Amino acid sequence: MLLIECPWCGQREETEFRYGGQAHVDYPSAPAETGDTEWAEFLFYRDNPAGPFAERWMHAAGCRRWFNAVRDTRTNEFLGVYRIGEGQPA
Amino acid sequence: MTANSERLPEGGRIDRTKPLRATVDGIEILGYRGDTVASAMLANGIRTVAPSLYRSRPRGILGAGNEEPNALVRVERRGSSPMLPATTVELTEGLPVHTLSGIGALEPNSEAKDLDTRFAHTDVLVVGGGPTGLAAALAASEGDARVLLLDDQPELGGALLRGTDAELLDWAGGAAELLRARPEVTVVSRCTAFGYYDENYLLAVERGETLDRQRLWKIRAHHVVLATGANERPIVFAGNDLPGVMLADATRAYVNRYAALPGSEAVIATTNDTAYEAALDLAAAGVSVRAIVDSRAEPPEDLAAMACQAGIEVLADCVVAEATGTDSVAAVRIVRFEQPRRTVRTIRADLLAVSGGWSPDVGLFSQSGGKLRWNETLAAFLPEHSRQRQHIAGAARGRYGFARCVADGRFAGVSAAESCGYPAPDSPLRPGISERATRVETEQRPVWIVPAETGKPAEWREHFVDLQRDATVADIARACGAGMRSPEHIKRYTTIGTGSDQGRTSGLTAVGVLAWLRGMGSPGALGTTSFRAPAVPVSFELLAGRDTGKLLDPVRTTPIHPAHRELGAEFENVGQWKRPWYYAREGEGMHEAVLRECAAARTGVAMMDASTLGKIDLIGPDAGEFLNRLYTNGFKKLAIGSARYGVMCGCDGMVFDDGVVLRLSENHYTLTTTTGGAAGVLDWFEEWLQTEWIELDVWATSVTEQWSTVAVVGPRSREVIGAIAPELAVSNAEFPFMTVRETVLGNGIPARIVRVSFSGELAYEVNVANWHGLAAWREIERAGAGFGITPYGTETMHVLRAEKGFPIVGQDTDGTVTPIDLGMDWIVSKRKDFIGKRSLSRPDTARADRKQLVGLLPDEHGTLIPEGSQLIGEHTPVTPEVAPVPMLGHVTSSYHSAALGRTFALALLRSGRERIGQTVRTPVGDRLVSATVTEPIFYDKEGARRDG
Repeated sequence: MLLIECPWCGQREETEFRYGGQAHVDYPSAPAETGDTEWAEFLFYRDNPAGPFAERWMHAAGCRRWFNAVRDTRTNEFLGVYRIGEGQPA
Repeated sequence: MTANSERLPEGGRIDRTKPLRATVDGIEILGYRGDTVASAMLANGIRTVAPSLYRSRPRGILGAGNEEPNALVRVERRGSSPMLPATTVELTEGLPVHTLSGIGALEPNSEAKDLDTRFAHTDVLVVGGGPTGLAAALAASEGDARVLLLDDQPELGGALLRGTDAELLDWAGGAAELLRARPEVTVVSRCTAFGYYDENYLLAVERGETLDRQRLWKIRAHHVVLATGANERPIVFAGNDLPGVMLADATRAYVNRYAALPGSEAVIATTNDTAYEAALDLAAAGVSVRAIVDSRAEPPEDLAAMACQAGIEVLADCVVAEATGTDSVAAVRIVRFEQPRRTVRTIRADLLAVSGGWSPDVGLFSQSGGKLRWNETLAAFLPEHSRQRQHIAGAARGRYGFARCVADGRFAGVSAAESCGYPAPDSPLRPGISERATRVETEQRPVWIVPAETGKPAEWREHFVDLQRDATVADIARACGAGMRSPEHIKRYTTIGTGSDQGRTSGLTAVGVLAWLRGMGSPGALGTTSFRAPAVPVSFELLAGRDTGKLLDPVRTTPIHPAHRELGAEFENVGQWKRPWYYAREGEGMHEAVLRECAAARTGVAMMDASTLGKIDLIGPDAGEFLNRLYTNGFKKLAIGSARYGVMCGCDGMVFDDGVVLRLSENHYTLTTTTGGAAGVLDWFEEWLQTEWIELDVWATSVTEQWSTVAVVGPRSREVIGAIAPELAVSNAEFPFMTVRETVLGNGIPARIVRVSFSGELAYEVNVANWHGLAAWREIERAGAGFGITPYGTETMHVLRAEKGFPIVGQDTDGTVTPIDLGMDWIVSKRKDFIGKRSLSRPDTARADRKQLVGLLPDEHGTLIPEGSQLIGEHTPVTPEVAPVPMLGHVTSSYHSAALGRTFALALLRSGRERIGQTVRTPVGDRLVSATVTEPIFYDKEGARRDG
């Protein structure tokens, strides 16, 4: 079981968290003007890299705050966590 | 055979002052405390266990630990497991043992066990209590690091327990004593680590001395030392499954640790040095050791000399070609290793002790993500690279011999403590012992298979590879013939290594045989199959522990629950909630009760407990804006004191939840969700507030359990509300539909009353603080008695709403249904944007032939179409020739209606609105019935009843 660093609570067990998919996928600012293809890409398409991946997590059985993390999908190693609104660490 | 006939008169680590009686397949045996079932069987002359699973071949005890593939038993004792290796079950008084042919049966009464879970956090976890593990734990704990040592035996010492070296056994005893005296050290015996997961998280099972007590350890360690030792391998030759064929080191365990004789005339077959110890120990115990068959051309001189001194002949450059005998080994045929393989000799023997070399037990290491690499000298896969904070030490990484193990364990222990920030110990470990020399081993000469002199490998059905799976060289050859190449494919094709012994004696042997069949020099290039948890069998009930029944899935009840019980309600599970389903009176079934409850709600007055509906408070200046963005309809301009029904969609435009939103003040809204959707809706709100619209000033709070809600429904409900709330003006003009009033009930309870209807009738929802819920219910019951107020359950609620065509999210929708599909265009705002709106104009979502909500009236008025029934066209043939029969949709809700005097249903039907008036057909039982498609509303279409 992974240990995940909640930026608010510190290291906690994986089972306390909910996964939220790829991070930094903004809801389109003007949906009505978004074309069908572009909208479908927003709805259904996400990256699936073998390597570092910025994704959203929520500390569901803890502080219930959302945050972002960069995880290496090959090893499950968390390379860093950061709060919503903070930029992705280099 | 007599009781204890094969027990040595002295020696062993059994406690001869504690004699025990037990039975094996009804035969009484005698043993001592310290015996396993297997050692007691051998001591009583029982060498044969149940026949093999598939081929019914006679089988005996092969090993002395958890590698045992044959000697599987069931113990008729409180809390026992369905199937256990006899080599791991401690003998206790009166134990009734039955041998099994590879298949156990679940015990019907599993609650008899004491199962528990323990969590542990430690600086250093040491797995294995042999010389390596003891040295590691001693070194790690010297600087006061917290150390947890797990060992799977009742006694610490590991492989030392199988020997007779008193000095080494003393060392182990001293080490154990020292460890137990250290306050930061915890030693857990009879405890086997079976799972190694991310971030040094391990699971282990601790067994009691009896079988009915087990504890699951969940361990998080900063650093792990794996001192898991090594497993001896068998050699594949004809008849290698006969009783009497044993692993050489297991024979040592039986004579030295248990003082039990596994045979009287023995042949030793080996590829390496270690079996010489077995030969000498057997001879010392009085076994007539006829020969050591060594595959090497030049066995080491010192060992050969010792054998010679003990009167044992060493046959160098030889291998065993065949063990023969009817029910057990009677003779061993020995051939020259080099070609041509002429027979050297045939020797009479009842015990054939085999050592095909050693495989480090890398199971946990491999589970942890560690990488292995083939070592040609040791003929084994050795740990190469760790992925976690760990050391693997001693025999588990091919460092054999006491002194090497102690040195390696000590190094691992020191490193582990240092990595946790504890100083390295400055005193060496009991000098003299740790420096004790271990003789340098001579190179081994691996023998994976001794081929038969005749026939093809595909015919060698007596060359066994996996004894538990009854799989042979012939099976591997057949797998190769079918095109399998890799060990992973061979494993799946032949099932080798998939038994409860996890292939400890067959995994690498199978790879060796495969390499030989493919003409490869060694198994190194082929690799191993994956090691997975659990490394030893564990029961699901242990993993569940106390988390069963109510502790697994809590039961939620409302404060009004006692009243429902008094009324004799039948309950229905809705999520974790127990909701009254219907209230049957004397002589009523569900059907009659629901018809009566429906009639009361439509003609008089009825009441129901609606407290389970999710309730969320939204507070903040942007609450209205927030609701506007999430619901398909508008809420920003909702008047204070008013209520409005709303629907939410996901980003994909599919209906996600619905409910009623009240506006209590400028910045305070409160809303209901579906009973099952409450947690999901709150999560949804939080997700948007925290990740997307962080600029909105809104706070969402679950108040589901803060409020109790009683719905009062029916033409006479206004009179009941008037009676319970004397201060409230209840006329239609003063308290109109979809408004909310704060008042105090006649019994002094503050209440928030809403005029909202889920039945189409005049109706109210009385909300009170949770702790007043039961009192409010009783007050309404009392006030309504004169009007014949009737409690009703979820079934009646469903019928009433379905008659009005109100869909239930999650029953009439399934995540693929838009508000448009439900015919609720009226609730979809044209003026404002909302989550999911853009998706409603996607080409697929805007299709005219989507499945749409419609009503169905079965042609036979009394026929109830089962919910979930598939619908087909009126003239669609149902014959195998045109299968699959094209499906048009399915029934989502179906009921008897008291108001209509007939059955009716709701359905999702392809191009449903175009088909109104047409006929569809659906199977009911084994016949097809017809139904007419209608608007999804059956009662009071004009909505004349809601104002009373």
